[in-house]
Amino acid sequence: MILSFFPNGLERYVIGGLLIGAGVALLFATTGRQGGVSTFFSSSWSWLLRTPFFQQASLRDSRQWRLVYALGLLLGGSLYVLAGQPVEPSHLPLWKLVLGGLLIGFGARLGGGCTSGHGICGMASLSGGSLLMVITFLSTAIVTAWALYGLGVAP
Amino acid sequence: MSRAFLGHIATLVSGLIFGFGLAWSTMIRPESILAFLRFQDLGLLLVLGSAVGLNLLVFQLLPRLTRHPAFASAYQQRPFTLDRPALAGGVLFGLGWGICGICPGPALAGLGAGNGDMLIALAAIFAGAGLHGLWAGRQGQ
Repeated sequence: MILSFFPNGLERYVIGGLLIGAGVALLFATTGRQGGVSTFFSSSWSWLLRTPFFQQASLRDSRQWRLVYALGLLLGGSLYVLAGQPVEPSHLPLWKLVLGGLLIGFGARLGGGCTSGHGICGMASLSGGSLLMVITFLSTAIVTAWALYGLGVAP
Repeated sequence: MSRAFLGHIATLVSGLIFGFGLAWSTMIRPESILAFLRFQDLGLLLVLGSAVGLNLLVFQLLPRLTRHPAFASAYQQRPFTLDRPALAGGVLFGLGWGICGICPGPALAGLGAGNGDMLIALAAIFAGAGLHGLWAGRQGQ
């Protein structure tokens, strides 16, 4: 019964999740930092834009490690391929990449975090606010995906 | 070697393991996320559950068992206060996530795994974060 909701099995997800968690845990254990990803997209603008918002200390002071962390994430994907692991092809229409990306970038920064910041670090910190944020974006995403399916524009 | 240098190495390795895990769990494929949102494959719950479960232990126990992280002087808290704008941000993020099934971490790892689509998604995420900063700067004045 329950297994019918997991047509691709459980193992890949549990092991992958533990690896994701191990990366976040290692960052915390070695540097004391909480490894959300989305602030990287604001802190990197501080190299280019001189406005007071982008020059605030929290962005300037973290831009270096966030860049290194992002590079690590990228290389992690490459390592997976180099290790000969399977990657199924993926392709989305251009408008979804552009519109979705814009909303994700703006929304994650306005909301103070994304799936890694609120979803993993915030919940592991037992933050009630983060839990509410996760419920908010998860339910919005579910409604959006079903609405697009209903309109015949999914996947 | 200085602590700052060791910290950067540790940060790179942390990101590497994180990105590898995102690829292993198939979360770098937008199709996997969209299948979850439409209840066709609930794997994402297992991914999030195991990542949170592990870090619940680490985040709660480590600061009690050790005085400071290996290469830094203190464990940091996440600066976050829930308010209306933050909730609005959550709704916008959810809209974007529901449209394309991409989040910031998997976009980076997916590009590393050779998915060129992610270059477009990352450019759009950067643009969105830039627009947010310009907008927020104007609000603050």
